[in-house]
Amino acid sequence: MKNQMTVIFDAVSENEAFARNTVAAFCVALDPTVDQINDIKTAVSEAVTNSIVHAYPSGENNKITVVTTIDDESVHIVVSDEGIGIDNIENAMQPFYTTKPEQERSGMGFTVMESFMDELKVEPNTPNGTVVSMTKTIRGADWKKKKR
Amino acid sequence: MKIEHYRKSDELHVKLCGELDEHHSAYVRMSLDSLLDSDGVKRLYIDMSELAFMDSTGIGVLIGRYKRLKPRGVPIYIESPPPAVDRVLGLSGIYNIMIKAG
Repeated sequence: MKNQMTVIFDAVSENEAFARNTVAAFCVALDPTVDQINDIKTAVSEAVTNSIVHAYPSGENNKITVVTTIDDESVHIVVSDEGIGIDNIENAMQPFYTTKPEQERSGMGFTVMESFMDELKVEPNTPNGTVVSMTKTIRGADWKKKKR
Repeated sequence: MKIEHYRKSDELHVKLCGELDEHHSAYVRMSLDSLLDSDGVKRLYIDMSELAFMDSTGIGVLIGRYKRLKPRGVPIYIESPPPAVDRVLGLSGIYNIMIKAG
């Protein structure tokens, strides 16, 4: 069965824990392992933190949308903002690349998302902003065999 | 987020309790720096056993402290990171510059 949840919230750091915990709670229906839930929480936190830190320098209309879709096997998460976008996505995805080194940013956000999820896609939003799409398979071939 | 600490001769022991994300990073950074400013700290031990969550923001905080302490020759020991935190630490290569203890 397919099931979807959408949350929209202000791009403020108070909402980082809310975002990762809400997505994690929604994914519990898939019966994930503790490690899988932790991976999802960390990846969501990275994506949301990127939008909070970078997308809205003016602080106006600073909304972040997180759409989480689960089906029988996997979770698909789309984190989008309507902010200033990323100048060079390819650069941004390099490990340790950051535009804000003075703030002690590690530049590891996309690397963490890539490592902890099975698929990661980063694209410009229309008309502006950034869309981060991530997928993680929760139930493997064993489960499918058992179900049959 | 809560930070406990104690001194044992020239060792500073801190324990991070809670969730270290971007929202709490400024507090952790400032607290650690003010503790590290006290005299005679020769070694820093960071107990992570009560750290329920950490994302790459925490890596930034740790690398920042490393850069401050390196000129003073103060090594950093990471103690008891939970598996999820350990994964982020391992991925970032932090164990090349800090010592995992326990």
